[in-house]
Amino acid sequence: MAAHLSSGRVNLTALREAGRRELREFLDKCAGSKAIVWDEYLTGPFGLIAQYSLLKEHEVEKMFTLKPGRLPQADVKNIIFFVRPKLELMDIITDNVLREDRGRSPQRDFHILFVPRRSLLCEQWLKEQGVLGSFIHREQYSLDLIPFDGDLLSMESESAFKECYLESDQTSLYHAAKGLMTLQALYGTIPQIFGKGECARHVANMMIRMKREFPGSQNSIFPVFDTLLLLDRNVDLLTPLATQLTYEGLIDEIYGIQNTYVKLPPEKFAPKKQGEGGKDLPTEPKKLQLNSAEELYAEIRDKNFNAVGSVLSKKAKIISAAFEERHHAKTVGEIKQFVSQLPHMQAARSSLANHTSIAELIKDITTSEDFFDNLTVEQEFMSGIDTDKVNNYIEDCIAQKHPLIKILRLVCLQSVCNSGLKQKVLDHYKREILQTYGYEHILTLNNLEKAGLLKPQTSGRNNYPTIRKTLRLWMDDVNEQNPNDISYVYSGYAPLSVRLAQLLARPGWRSIEEVLKMLPGPHFEERQQLPTGLQKKRQHGENRVTLVFFLGGVTYAEIAALRFLSQMEDGGTEYVIATTKLINGTSWIKSLMEKLEPAPF
Amino acid sequence: MSRARADEEEYWHSSKFRAFTFDDEDDELSQLKESKRAVNSLRDIVDDDDDDDDLERVSWSGEPVGSISWSIKETASSSTSSLEGRDSSLQKGSSSYAAFPKQVSSYSLSSLFKGRNKLPSFQSFSDALSDMGVKNYAPELRRPKAEYKDYSSDWSPKDTVRRMQRGKVCSLERFRSLQDKLVLLDEAVAGHDGNVITAVLIFLKRTLKREILFRELEVRQVALCHLIHFLKETGEQKLLLDLLRFLDRTEEVALSQYREHLNIQDVEKRREFLKGCIGLPFSAEDTSHIQDHYTLLERQIIIEAHDRHLEAAGQSEIFRKYPRKASILNMPLVTTLFYSCFYHYTEAEGTFSSPTNLKKTFKIPDKQYVLTALAARAKLRAWDDVDALFTTKNWLGYTKKKAPIGFHRVVEILQRNNAPVQVLQEYVRLVEDVETRLNLATKYKCHDVVIETYRDLKDRIQLTAYKCKVERGSAEEEKINSILNNVQIRWKN
Repeated sequence: MAAHLSSGRVNLTALREAGRRELREFLDKCAGSKAIVWDEYLTGPFGLIAQYSLLKEHEVEKMFTLKPGRLPQADVKNIIFFVRPKLELMDIITDNVLREDRGRSPQRDFHILFVPRRSLLCEQWLKEQGVLGSFIHREQYSLDLIPFDGDLLSMESESAFKECYLESDQTSLYHAAKGLMTLQALYGTIPQIFGKGECARHVANMMIRMKREFPGSQNSIFPVFDTLLLLDRNVDLLTPLATQLTYEGLIDEIYGIQNTYVKLPPEKFAPKKQGEGGKDLPTEPKKLQLNSAEELYAEIRDKNFNAVGSVLSKKAKIISAAFEERHHAKTVGEIKQFVSQLPHMQAARSSLANHTSIAELIKDITTSEDFFDNLTVEQEFMSGIDTDKVNNYIEDCIAQKHPLIKILRLVCLQSVCNSGLKQKVLDHYKREILQTYGYEHILTLNNLEKAGLLKPQTSGRNNYPTIRKTLRLWMDDVNEQNPNDISYVYSGYAPLSVRLAQLLARPGWRSIEEVLKMLPGPHFEERQQLPTGLQKKRQHGENRVTLVFFLGGVTYAEIAALRFLSQMEDGGTEYVIATTKLINGTSWIKSLMEKLEPAPF
Repeated sequence: MSRARADEEEYWHSSKFRAFTFDDEDDELSQLKESKRAVNSLRDIVDDDDDDDDLERVSWSGEPVGSISWSIKETASSSTSSLEGRDSSLQKGSSSYAAFPKQVSSYSLSSLFKGRNKLPSFQSFSDALSDMGVKNYAPELRRPKAEYKDYSSDWSPKDTVRRMQRGKVCSLERFRSLQDKLVLLDEAVAGHDGNVITAVLIFLKRTLKREILFRELEVRQVALCHLIHFLKETGEQKLLLDLLRFLDRTEEVALSQYREHLNIQDVEKRREFLKGCIGLPFSAEDTSHIQDHYTLLERQIIIEAHDRHLEAAGQSEIFRKYPRKASILNMPLVTTLFYSCFYHYTEAEGTFSSPTNLKKTFKIPDKQYVLTALAARAKLRAWDDVDALFTTKNWLGYTKKKAPIGFHRVVEILQRNNAPVQVLQEYVRLVEDVETRLNLATKYKCHDVVIETYRDLKDRIQLTAYKCKVERGSAEEEKINSILNNVQIRWKN
């Protein structure tokens, strides 16, 4: 079930196991039969830690989704709410508790499990509603870093970026630091910490402070990680705005990957069996899990989409040939061998069928005129062309009322690639957007301005060209099939964040001091003392392991770029990636938009 | 526009930039198709893979059987479930990392950080703050005695914060002097735990005078941000506005107040509210937008009342023929303009609902206006209106066709509204760029335009080739033949 977590350089199964243990401990505190009432958002992340069978072993008999009204009938002793500490959820819980039939016997006991942290504000809120006393256990489940894959951890905290950069609320940074402390407890103290950005500085400070205050966390585990690199998302606002062009990145851009699952339109997945032709097509979306447990997916997910087709067709030939083997099997022994391989072959076949269908779906979109036009404009901006005037394509899109998020992504991209827009250009875009999409979006535009994504050019100086040239962000000769540089993930643009990681490993940041000063926030280095005996004696040729923590979100294309660096011959460094949330430009901009009341009809 | 297109074209062909395309388009696609075929043909050989025990069982929706979200549906409907089969394999999977050092497995996440006190904490900070007026459904017995002791202990601010970070109970009432309270707040801020900072702020908010609280927070930016966030979250709008005003963050006050309009459902009240927003201290640019927002809603209310009446009366042909799908209230400006171009196109400029009046009032740019009017009139198939939209007369009385948006855009919009070829043709002919014109004409079967363009290009080969695209014996074929037979033309090929 979780074998793919141990496939990487760092065995992340241990982290998952620790999470499972804590869950069991909590469940056992509430003796007797139980029903869990779920904050729906949590079911996805929890699914990566435990399945229903684990809960069932601990007497969880029923599970419900949290919603207002009376709780469903269930003959259980305990009702446990699994919730994020959010006030609107507290209101629902209050409603549930107040409607509980007091006359029933035996009475059901209530408990709350806050994920990832207890909130005094929420408890205060419950108290004001007069229900706080109804809960016997009020605890927290520190699900900070959830293992997504052998080299990938996420906190899945949707609002982290907004909280950090818009509201200056550092709670999610505190959770990040906590998560890092957990990691260090399991995998040893990380001797070197590098960072860039305000939030990175905060997290490093908290880690050092926590280490000082919890002497118990001094451990004697041989360090698995050599280096921690903390990066603020606002050091690189550009990358998530561009359209990702890796296979996994495009799946996420188009269909949205949630907790390793994707929902796809069912038409292309209809079972084509003889005698069933013409039967009604499935209408429910097809849901697939995407991770490295699937051999084929692990091979193609990080490739540029242009290189995926040829791999799939090669695989198809191999599989066809393998199935053909059965004609040559003559002896009983040969037949037996063929049969023994069948399950593996069948799995490979169904995996190939799925990805061929997904590739077709994506190709329909990437070959559309609009996708091409959009990408053209993105690439112009990123390579520094015409970033200082109103763009025709963006104007056209507004006139045709394309989705607002698409417009915002492009305008923000232009702003970032120009170190802010000329006041006249900015005002023009603003007016067009407000007139076409509604004046209330003035609130969203304001948020984007505050986050630095959309702003007037104040200094009158555009730093982007210098940054682009020094960090080689735009590469003219990209090889999408057999890449030799990370810029393949955006077909030309090398993600700034990953370039920083790459340059840190070799030749070191000293070589780019000037550019680092142009990017927001401080850059720093810290060392954590290791007890003698735990210092690493590196074998010749052994790779270093660096944990890169993206504060405020990371895209699949950036992950692909880091994996590319891990696999480079003589690269010398392998990367494990952690983040507050897996994002793409759309989900990111959405998190910054003002929640508007739905239209009255 | 067409110039831009041409530039773009040149740019892609000449320069070092690449677009994201499959170079060998057909080949790639056929490869995909081929894989699909190969894969599908295999289905006949192998059995239904749903029965395959070695694969993870997945219900049609793709949810693995036994996953949490799957189980919610499952257990909510019936208490019996048939999941036993999964358990054993699950256990196998999770214990297959024997290589990992043993001591690790004795950790649980929370035990790594729990302090000395191992007892579960039932009591919360807020209980400790005040009396227990609430009826308690939890029996008193369950509360461990040890927890009580903690209140009396004399924790320093630092220890208090640390204990709260661990989810322990602490009474804050002991911190009486302003000095003590501020030390406590500073400790909480230094700990970075937003949860604790907020808890201390709740305490300060309750026990300090507003002016003092504001004054002290002004020099403590982190705590200040937390309080603002907290007030937004709990909806304490009045206190929030007072605080922002105190801090002289006037633009934020204005936006925060303006945001409120979203919660007002009644349009009359919303309009009144927006009127009140006009005077708020927005930036100069935003002020004009807010003013426009108000004016627009005011207009919409008038138009809505008038049109609803008209529609109900059933006297107006346009409303009978095209009943309104929704009310125009709270729609964006451009949508409103479309509406007025659709239902009120011919009205005199003096009326509130006339398009020209809207254009003037809101200073809608020409381009935007033409686009919207074109879309609305094309939808009604009012081709004369479309024609008039692009016709200009010069002082000699000659007419000339002009489109601020480029005629290729005009063609696209007309085509989307199923304009007949005769109408379409007229505008395709006006597309300046020859290549774009040819493309559009070919795409939409405007044969005359294609033929004339090839004639003008003196391209005999293309013209001859085009013969097979037109119907046998049609007027178009005749036209091609007569041009090809014209000896006056000096063909370039």
